[in-house]
Amino acid sequence: MIPVTFDYEVAESVEHALALLGGDPDVKVLAGGHSLVPALKLRIARPSKLVDIGRLSGLAYVRDGGTHLAIGALTRHAAVQHDLLLQEHCPIVSTTAGMIGDPQVRHRGTIGGSLAHGDPASDMPAVMLALGADFVVVGPGGERTVAAVDFFTGVFETAVGAGELLAEIRVPKLGESTGWSYRKYHRRAQDWATVGVAALVHRDNGSAVRASVALASMGGTPLRAKAVEDAIAGGASPAGAAAHAGEGTQPSSDSAASAEFRVHLARVLTQRALGDTM
Amino acid sequence: MVVVRSPYAHARIVSIDTAAARAAAGVVAVFTGPDLRDDWKAAMPCAWPVTEDMKNPDHFPLTVGEAHYQGDGVAVVLADTRAHAVDAAELVEVDYEPLPVIVDVQAAAQDGAPLVHEELGTNVSYVWKLEAGTFEEDADVVVKRTYYQPPLIPNAMEPRGVVARPEPGGDVTLWSATQVPHILRLLTAATLGMSETKLRVIAPDVGGGFGSKLDVYAEELLAVALARRLGRPVKWIEERSENAVSTIHGRDFVTTLELAATKDGKITSLRANVHASMGAYLQLVTPGIPLLGAWIYAGPYAIPNYSVTFTGVFTNTTPTDAYRGAGRPEATYVLERTMDYLAKELGIDRVELRRRNFITEFPAAIASGLTIDSGDYHASLDRLLEQLGLDGLLSDQQARRERGDVKQLGIGFSTYNEMCGLAPSRILGAIRYAAGGWETATIRALPTGTFQVVTGTSPHGQGHETAWSQIVADRLGCDPADVEVLHGDTSISPYGLDTYGSRSLPVGGAALWTASDKIIEKAREIVAHQLEVSADDLDYDEGTFSVKGSPDKAMNVQAAAWAAFAAHNLPDGMEPTLEATATFDPPNFSWPGGAHAAIVEVDTETGDTRLVRYVAVDDVGTVVNPLIVDGQVHGGITQGIATALYEEALYDEDGNLTNGTLATYLVPSAAELPSYELDRTESKATDQPFGAKGVGETGTIASAPAVINAVLDALSHLGVTDIQMPATPERVWRAIEEARQ
Repeated sequence: MIPVTFDYEVAESVEHALALLGGDPDVKVLAGGHSLVPALKLRIARPSKLVDIGRLSGLAYVRDGGTHLAIGALTRHAAVQHDLLLQEHCPIVSTTAGMIGDPQVRHRGTIGGSLAHGDPASDMPAVMLALGADFVVVGPGGERTVAAVDFFTGVFETAVGAGELLAEIRVPKLGESTGWSYRKYHRRAQDWATVGVAALVHRDNGSAVRASVALASMGGTPLRAKAVEDAIAGGASPAGAAAHAGEGTQPSSDSAASAEFRVHLARVLTQRALGDTM
Repeated sequence: MVVVRSPYAHARIVSIDTAAARAAAGVVAVFTGPDLRDDWKAAMPCAWPVTEDMKNPDHFPLTVGEAHYQGDGVAVVLADTRAHAVDAAELVEVDYEPLPVIVDVQAAAQDGAPLVHEELGTNVSYVWKLEAGTFEEDADVVVKRTYYQPPLIPNAMEPRGVVARPEPGGDVTLWSATQVPHILRLLTAATLGMSETKLRVIAPDVGGGFGSKLDVYAEELLAVALARRLGRPVKWIEERSENAVSTIHGRDFVTTLELAATKDGKITSLRANVHASMGAYLQLVTPGIPLLGAWIYAGPYAIPNYSVTFTGVFTNTTPTDAYRGAGRPEATYVLERTMDYLAKELGIDRVELRRRNFITEFPAAIASGLTIDSGDYHASLDRLLEQLGLDGLLSDQQARRERGDVKQLGIGFSTYNEMCGLAPSRILGAIRYAAGGWETATIRALPTGTFQVVTGTSPHGQGHETAWSQIVADRLGCDPADVEVLHGDTSISPYGLDTYGSRSLPVGGAALWTASDKIIEKAREIVAHQLEVSADDLDYDEGTFSVKGSPDKAMNVQAAAWAAFAAHNLPDGMEPTLEATATFDPPNFSWPGGAHAAIVEVDTETGDTRLVRYVAVDDVGTVVNPLIVDGQVHGGITQGIATALYEEALYDEDGNLTNGTLATYLVPSAAELPSYELDRTESKATDQPFGAKGVGETGTIASAPAVINAVLDALSHLGVTDIQMPATPERVWRAIEEARQ
């Protein structure tokens, strides 16, 4: 319940935050705190310093970028959930935001904090992977853009390096011909996903021609279900395609589910998610 | 104060190096088990040696030589702040040599199992039997089933917390989040070799217990011992995840139940064989928990031949002890599950089978040897069925089956009774419990016509202040707001046996009722004297005495209270002041009962089980406060549903608790549960002055089997016949898969 002693600094601007981070891997960024603070209390995280970016209100926004929407990293889950641009152009993001944790978590936790935390059981990473989102990362050397497929590098590890900050997430606008679904299996309302499935299906003349499917909690990072996508491209039914959902996954066994049951759930949820999109 | 706990479930402590911790910032002192060994004049208390030859290993607040479960205290760090103590505790270096671990209660009872306590030579603490008649092996039908009821973490909203403050003259005041300040005072004093007059225990507003604070804990003893040693206050607040290992667990029973019946459904014999895990040590009433269910394995049914055997077994796990229902949910669960199996075996409807075996004549002497004073099990079941709409549910179920729906519907029943209101002191003595079961109450009329009540019960969320005020207001004719209820402080309520086992209203409320009788009788003498009539000529109604035939000649209790205080004009020889104390020792237990039904929807693809409806009809005798009773039933049912679907303390084979946080130990919330449909029937308790029965545990006792029976009902057409609690999605899925093959 009591963290190790650490220094605490409040960032006044992005540049100030980067200066405070100073490239030190023992310095952690504090945004909404809903992943970091529990880890601090359990002494799993033992940072030397926290840089609080919670007052960088300039990082909380959703903007129309033409072909994409830009979401500021400090946008709270609840703001994402209720954002009209997202609801119109990329509703899988706003809908999924409403499924995260509980109201308290959604009003404090931020989309950037959740993504940068790299928890493979979180919902939004799988959605971003399915969407092929881009991540804008700022650092002392300036700004770089990382594709979702390169962003999630391991359990609680992302492409955001020491001394860097995730600033913005860019998600594509989905057209009329794209069906979407995020299916999450969890025991209690506030629990992490035992398994989550994000599916986007592009239709041509009413039939599915291309799918983009990503899985949460089926490995050390969110995973693309390539075999499922290939099956859809090859004309398979949702049930036929979903049978491949376990391929290439490395789910863990824990108190919520065995690896075997996770594979089963991935198949069931993938079938349901694909069904939702049709 | 921070306790350094063993990360191993079983290990020899080779050495403990406290030098770095002692040198850390803010540290006042660091002690190990051997350092404090001589502070203890007795081992930690177990108040219920259930057999003469029960094996009870030495148990000290900090272990000496070996750790026997993950969480066993090995050292304690005291510092000027909690943060400093937590930091320093990380610096205590303990060299452990891991020893073989045994977690499984049945395996632990076998010869050759690793021993939790080498010096005992066995893991079996005791074998206890209750037998009446002979099991009819050659009955028309015999069903035999084995059930596992996993360990549960009680998870009171408020974890434990302790402050011990030395007082002038060698006294100590101990504040503790406990259910049992009186028991704690007695046994803390005994363990430390103090005079009990030197120790005052205060249980302030306590945030829930569910039995887990019915104990004398290491940290309470440590705080008092160290406050005396150091001459300064010592404070310990339990962390949430620490609570998962350092506060007792409940259940962890493996039970084989056999029922023998005639082909027309008359049950003639019952035999239960129980292996109950004690955990690593015997806490306050650990060995007695199975016994609290021993008399009700036949539940509300008349079964003439009766046999129950309990084997208490040590395992390398957190000690078990009382958890809501304590022994009775464990009995009801196996009985009500087996009733459904027997109904199937006999081809008799499960509701009808229950009806054919209900006890109907009261008082009822039951085979286990006790007497049920009152009840009406048919009435509760009738009311349940009126509310349930069973025909509609069954046709919905049939339609889903015919369509092959993914989501299938199940309806499960549980008809139950239980014995609570602990307890008749003579019976407790006969079953080797160390103390009695009476309760006391004092009513003190204050000069201005208000009343001060002192109760020996110790509420921790049950609303005693409200209910006790209502009783006094009803009896003495005052506003409930004019009643002050004092509790939970041994210096103001010297006698008391505290709150557990659904005893406070049936026993403590009865003492209050009896004390109010005494107030009324003394007031009657005062009023008769002042009105110059005979006491026999006074009528009494809701606080007012009036002269028979002259109702305008009247005086109320408050006026009598003033007269008793002023003492200007009292009958010759009468002592001034109006005050009465009563002690009530119940002649019998309290016997609530009822009928519950659970309706579940099971997703046959994911195994996900959701409760759709829950209907409960309980008979708890006279109800003093319906809102409080509904609240108790509501919470009780929720904890039983949690047992059936969500909660289970999981140990790996090395004895590590693998789900000891609230993120992984699944306490359900309102979001997972429907609103319950509650109703009551009423058969008054006859051994209690106003007919009340206990209600704190009924919901937990009744609900788990109703839910599991519903899950199995939902899946019966798929060939599923059994499932282990909790019915997790994975277990449901596996059961469906296995039935398919």
